[in-house]
Amino acid sequence: MTRYVGKGVYGAVAIGRISMFRKNDAAVQRVRVEDTKEEISRFEAAKSAASQQLCEIYEKALKEVGETNAAIFEIHQMMLEDEDYNESVCNIIENQQVNAEYAVAVTADNFSEMFSAMDDAYMQARAADVRDISNRVIANLSGTGFAAQNSDDRMIICADDLAPSETVSLDKDKVLAFVTAHGSSNSHTAILARNMNIPAVIGVGDDFLSAVNEGNEAIVDGFTGEIFISPDEETRARLLKKQRDDLNKKRLLQELKGKENITLDGTRIKIYTNIGSIDNIGAVLLNDADGVGLFRSEFLYLENSDYPTEEQQFSAYKRVLESMAGKKVIIRTLDIGADKQVDYFGLKKEANPALGYRAIRICLTRPDLFTTQLRALFRASVFGNLGIMFPMITSVSEVQQALQMCEQVKNELKADSIEYSDKIEIGIMIETPAAAMISDKLAPMVDFFSVGTNDLTQYTLACDRQNPEIEQFCDAHHEAVLRFIEMSAQNAHKNGAWIGICGELAADTTLTETFLRMGIDELSVSPSFVLPLRDAVRKIDLSK
Amino acid sequence: MKTFTYTIKDEVGIHARPAGLLAKKAKEFESVITIDRNGKSAAATKLMALMGLGVKCGETVTVTVEGADEDKAAAEMEKFFSENL
Repeated sequence: MTRYVGKGVYGAVAIGRISMFRKNDAAVQRVRVEDTKEEISRFEAAKSAASQQLCEIYEKALKEVGETNAAIFEIHQMMLEDEDYNESVCNIIENQQVNAEYAVAVTADNFSEMFSAMDDAYMQARAADVRDISNRVIANLSGTGFAAQNSDDRMIICADDLAPSETVSLDKDKVLAFVTAHGSSNSHTAILARNMNIPAVIGVGDDFLSAVNEGNEAIVDGFTGEIFISPDEETRARLLKKQRDDLNKKRLLQELKGKENITLDGTRIKIYTNIGSIDNIGAVLLNDADGVGLFRSEFLYLENSDYPTEEQQFSAYKRVLESMAGKKVIIRTLDIGADKQVDYFGLKKEANPALGYRAIRICLTRPDLFTTQLRALFRASVFGNLGIMFPMITSVSEVQQALQMCEQVKNELKADSIEYSDKIEIGIMIETPAAAMISDKLAPMVDFFSVGTNDLTQYTLACDRQNPEIEQFCDAHHEAVLRFIEMSAQNAHKNGAWIGICGELAADTTLTETFLRMGIDELSVSPSFVLPLRDAVRKIDLSK
Repeated sequence: MKTFTYTIKDEVGIHARPAGLLAKKAKEFESVITIDRNGKSAAATKLMALMGLGVKCGETVTVTVEGADEDKAAAEMEKFFSENL
């Protein structure tokens, strides 16, 4: 048995035989031609065949991976029609009197180099698209076509790398798994594999390719990124069990989709998700969450090299709200500082950053920064069901100041005749012992509480959660933490506010019953925890 | 000749899909349409050149339209930008 490790991009186990996916990438030969007109018409024919193939791939992708992911093949068709690209191919054929294959290959190199040299990761990735369409034209020209799968059995497809069009072209019913020597987890291929629910491991390295052969027995573990060639009995038994457990779990979770979050005795709870980027919205919808309970707005600041403008923020918030189509989206205002640092904020080094200048403390002392974010949020509010929450609250006056700034922003928008929703819910995070202790005073001021259990635990137990040495003392199940949550829940309900939990504890199913008994209204967890949590809720009986 | 400026609101800038749509739209007109960003320009009918400009969110481009149908073309291009970018 030999073991190789790459990066797993879709968690599942596949057991089967290897099929080597070989491209027809034999180096293109430069051949001198006399009849350049004939060569150009060969190119035109190969191009229109490619266009037809891409059209078919687009249709297939549309069915298998959805419109957003299929759009790339529509763009490929457009690229194929690009004037400069076509002009370049024809010029090379005419001026150098060479074969069309060579002209396409040179043109592909030039254009993909142009994209690779750009300073933007999105554009750099387009170099692969240019090569993908060009290889297709070359394959059509040389009459080889793309390598067909040569077996009726389902196989583990191994390749150097797979272009998006190759990934989608593979007959899904015959593919057990993908393994590639190269490629990144953000590549289209990885994204497509995830959408096709096919176990995939990428970036295994060249050693792997030279060592495996067609027909080798193998096991692919997409969870760990491991590949076992000629697995021994023990490994086979272990992974067979893992595969069975995984399939059972996925089937179970699939059955839970569309079901309510309701206990056996009829108590309901909302299950929302925590996300840190617009890219996660797909996972939110896929896992059937009721809404977004914590959208960390920090990514807008962390990804930028300067303060994000009101327009940038507005378009990001608008997109999230629109994608969630009327489901609740709670956006937490800026929570920079402590373990999240941004250079352009010019924050001083602190001896105790967790107790330092962070979150709402920055917002209230730098009102221009806060106002920009609030304006963007209020403007975006008309596109969905928005909630806004303030982090790191410790006092009544902080909430008063934040609410005053909201009023000021609303008045400004009114004066400029800019619309905003009047249904926005405003809440605060309960993540300091102070906020929990005075939750009776804070609750009348807001629509909701959201308990941040990570910080609440750290501050309550005086335990730095970045320090692994004291991990054993940092017990989130500590009675003090749970009492603070219960106290906040009672005070919220007494004052007509609702309460959720968005920290890591929300996903801890050993506490779900405790939270339900406290009357917690909402739990917000990572997208992948939504269905397991729903499963736990549906097994609880509070009447016992 | 007609010109207008436009500030890109799409967060990925002029990326592949809108560039493709833009090129398609520009081909509908007889006028020559040019997109200029900081002195670097591209014909609006050329997808890869458009992408090559690398226009990002928040940046302003100047659009120049010149030809027989320039009034109509400029108006429709302006509409296209505000709807797609």
